[in-house]
Amino acid sequence: MNTHATTISGHNPEFATTGIPNGKLGIWLFLSSEVMLFATLFTSYIVFRTSAAAWPRGWDVLNVPLALVNTLVLISSSVTIVMAYAKTLERDQKGFRLFMGLTIALAFVFLGIKTFEYRSKFEHHHYPSSSIFYAVYFTTTGLHALHVIVGIIWNSWLWHAAAKEWDEWWFPGRIEYAGLYWHFVDIVWIFLFPALYLL
Amino acid sequence: MPETAALSHHGQDRHDAHKLPWVNKYVFSIDHKVIGLQYLFTSMFFLLFGFMLIMLIRWQLAFPGKPIPLIGGLLSQALAPGGIITPEFYNALGAMHGTIMVFLGIVPMGVGAFGNYILPLQIGAPDMAFPRLNMMSYWLYVPGGLLMLASFFLPGGAAQSGWTSYPPLSIINPGQTVWLVGMLFLIFSSLFGAINFLVTGLNMRAPGMSLWRLPVFVWAQLVTSVLLLLAFPPLQAAAILQFMDRVAGTSFYIPEGLIVGGQALAASGGGQPILWQHLFWFLAHPEVYVLILPAMGIVAEIIANNTRKPLYGYKEIVYSMFFIGGMSFVVWAHHMFISGMSPALGNFFLVTTMIISVPSVAVLTCLVFSLKGGSIRFTTPMLFALAFLPLFGIGGLTGLPLGLTVTDIYLHDTYYVIGHFHYVVVTGTIIALMGGVYHWFPKWFGRKMNDAWGRVHFWTTAIFMNGIFFPMFIQGLAGAQRRLYDPTAQAHNIVTQPLNIVSSVSAWLLFLAQIPFLVNFFHSIFKCEKSEENPWRATTLEWACPSPPPHGNFDKTPHVYREPYDYSPEGYLSDWRPQHQEAGARP
Repeated sequence: MNTHATTISGHNPEFATTGIPNGKLGIWLFLSSEVMLFATLFTSYIVFRTSAAAWPRGWDVLNVPLALVNTLVLISSSVTIVMAYAKTLERDQKGFRLFMGLTIALAFVFLGIKTFEYRSKFEHHHYPSSSIFYAVYFTTTGLHALHVIVGIIWNSWLWHAAAKEWDEWWFPGRIEYAGLYWHFVDIVWIFLFPALYLL
Repeated sequence: MPETAALSHHGQDRHDAHKLPWVNKYVFSIDHKVIGLQYLFTSMFFLLFGFMLIMLIRWQLAFPGKPIPLIGGLLSQALAPGGIITPEFYNALGAMHGTIMVFLGIVPMGVGAFGNYILPLQIGAPDMAFPRLNMMSYWLYVPGGLLMLASFFLPGGAAQSGWTSYPPLSIINPGQTVWLVGMLFLIFSSLFGAINFLVTGLNMRAPGMSLWRLPVFVWAQLVTSVLLLLAFPPLQAAAILQFMDRVAGTSFYIPEGLIVGGQALAASGGGQPILWQHLFWFLAHPEVYVLILPAMGIVAEIIANNTRKPLYGYKEIVYSMFFIGGMSFVVWAHHMFISGMSPALGNFFLVTTMIISVPSVAVLTCLVFSLKGGSIRFTTPMLFALAFLPLFGIGGLTGLPLGLTVTDIYLHDTYYVIGHFHYVVVTGTIIALMGGVYHWFPKWFGRKMNDAWGRVHFWTTAIFMNGIFFPMFIQGLAGAQRRLYDPTAQAHNIVTQPLNIVSSVSAWLLFLAQIPFLVNFFHSIFKCEKSEENPWRATTLEWACPSPPPHGNFDKTPHVYREPYDYSPEGYLSDWRPQHQEAGARP
């Protein structure tokens, strides 16, 4: 192990011609592809909406208060993951576990509320096949929920790995990269919420 | 050695290759060289398989309605009753030929095999930046490929809607769901690969390897990776929407009141079939440059090495590649001139298409000028590189009439398009990839391929490739449409029908011409003369380590002192000065 290269920023100086750690460069490139993925979906949303014969008002058919709560839940989780990263830099493992645990818990709350929303739609016989509006609604929020699930798995793995890898040079970097991904998932929702519920 | 080992791998990935169990060494390996060879063998298999599919089609085109001799009886009765392929099977063969050749054959070979093996070596790195991710890329590519193969044997058969999968046909036709799932695997594989290549190329460079000292091949791989990274996600999104249409009953691509077989389709409607075309070509046009850029990189390496002089216009080539990469995102709708588009938009894409041809011509011109004044060694790889120049030129120039709206209305969907595309990808890319195999074979296996058989392979291949694709220009200009099950069904095609026979016979001969190549390839791995470490006297870093390179590649991290192609330096006895040689030292 390159323990002599341990730095608090998670930067192994031997493998970074540009000075940016590999992981950081990698996660930003990955996020750029994610931007293209969701940008495509938003573009499709605009095309479907502008060409649709009828497009319901979001607040007439969807549950805005619940979605607002979910928005606040996700924003809070973005704050807690930053706290988890700060605690890692402070070398406070207990604090890290607390805030990472909170992040994961908030993500579960988000998914719980989303599941409740989906179920009430199904109870009223609104399915993806019902109309182009519901097709867009279920597909975009579903893909976002998939990203939340990936985030839960990623963060839980880091929460678990902290016991073994806490002192490794790369560990703070890993938290930072998971945090960047989590912020991205958060931002996608910040766009989805008004596009589907409020406009 | 301990110090070297510490350098050779990222902390947690470091291990001693010799103590690894067989499975971790050859199957689930994280060594970029093993993964590169895995890609090489797998993509060679898929190239051959995709070629076989089209050889069946070529029989139907040359002799429509006649039973296929020899192997006709081997096909299942459902697909080819009495040895005559059914229209459904014909469509499946066409769709899967395109899919397999592009996504499972050429890209995995040009990027997965050559990029994986050569890029880390050329920048002096011990491995890729993310070796595990690299392994994962390969192991996502394999199930994607297996799904595509398996789809032939599943109920409903393989996808039948062309490699472009235009809805609503693709949503009604059977077989498409497996195609979509397979594509999702391949897209993830490419995305992870692209991230890995970019981080490696930018971040794992040896000391002294500044950006302007990178070989053209590395630049080509980097630009390619940007295209894969940013162009594939839109197709991913589009494929998810099409998948939802097929599985969840949504109507993203199903318009209002669609009638199928005389009956209204039970769907909510309100979708946009043309949206798929936009999203598909937003990937698929950059994809064409994903196919051609690595080939240009390979040809540049071979030409510099065999003319024994620096490339003409190294920076111009690299800047042109940047420009191609950027422009390739704003030309996609030239595939859709007759799909229904505002004329103003058509003009926009016409102009961008004419503009993007300029940097491609610039690259080709630089490569041609590189020959001037060189003392050319006509080695086997050089023959392929030289053939690339005019043949890719034909492919590129025949594309211009397709980019002009006026002529495209006539030429669209004719064999002219097929001829143009295959001149770019077969006599362009595949010729270059073959040259690359001969060029880097000594690096991969420590032996040289037989030269005489290499020449036989070159001449037969080059002639038969032209025999297949040149007649298509004539057919296309005469109005023969592509994708017709029975070309003689349209009376005006009967005049050009003999050309179909020329094409088909050339295709079968091209297959025979690959036998000496395959025998030579596999025989040389084990038997042929051992090569020196640097048999071509090449200057780039991949030749600065043993052939084949050991785990971790370089004994000690090389230091780079100069630009990549320092051939025939003034005042030197030998005609080459490697990148890693110190300034004062004379060979």
